[in-house]
Amino acid sequence: MNKKINNCLISVNIQKDDFDVNAEIQSIRSRKIIGGIINFIGVVRDTQKEKEELVSLELEHYPGMTEKAIMSICRDAQKRWEINFVRVIHRVGNLKTGDNIVLVITASAHRKESFKSAEFIMDFLKSRAPIWKKEHYKTHSSWVQSKEADELLLKDW
Amino acid sequence: MKILYFSWLREKIGVPFEELEVQSENVNDLIKELIRTDQKYALAFEDIKSIRVAVDQKLIQNLNVSIKNVKEVAFFPPMTGG
Repeated sequence: MNKKINNCLISVNIQKDDFDVNAEIQSIRSRKIIGGIINFIGVVRDTQKEKEELVSLELEHYPGMTEKAIMSICRDAQKRWEINFVRVIHRVGNLKTGDNIVLVITASAHRKESFKSAEFIMDFLKSRAPIWKKEHYKTHSSWVQSKEADELLLKDW
Repeated sequence: MKILYFSWLREKIGVPFEELEVQSENVNDLIKELIRTDQKYALAFEDIKSIRVAVDQKLIQNLNVSIKNVKEVAFFPPMTGG
């Protein structure tokens, strides 16, 4: 999903495949107006809440709505800060510890807009993108519960 | 109308989606209508506060939202993206 609004290019992908961070950044560097690029990479971690090792993390999503919800979050960010580029890639399917889950890149003329908007997008992505995680262990599985703190974070924006 | 379920709600209902002819005019009544048809819905919707709803792929804040002429309604637990 690609959209260009007020000179800001927003691009969102939901995919099973891994992403190439360097290639994504390289494609932004070529734009002459960009002075700062922020990239955030979310990675699968073993929370070590259980006695067993995490075998895999399953990510389920709502096809169609996920893309729209993330696009809407990015548009909100673009209304608040002068940013020229937003790239979000969220992976779904079965992932292993250490695998990439999500990539958020924001780019602008100056650093502050990029920092702020990347954090804003990640905060909203956590509780407003229709994605659910399930942790699989050798002997059992459990759905990751949303955190009250993540919801409260949104009130600060 | 297409009704979709995700995460543990999908597991409790047993299907990812279903096409149903419904009489209800809002989300609240739709939940009650489903509960009347089968015990599995009663179990799935037991803790209504832990359920989020999207109407035509837009998150709603109020269960009184009309579902007249909508294509799909989705039920799911709080999201855990990122």
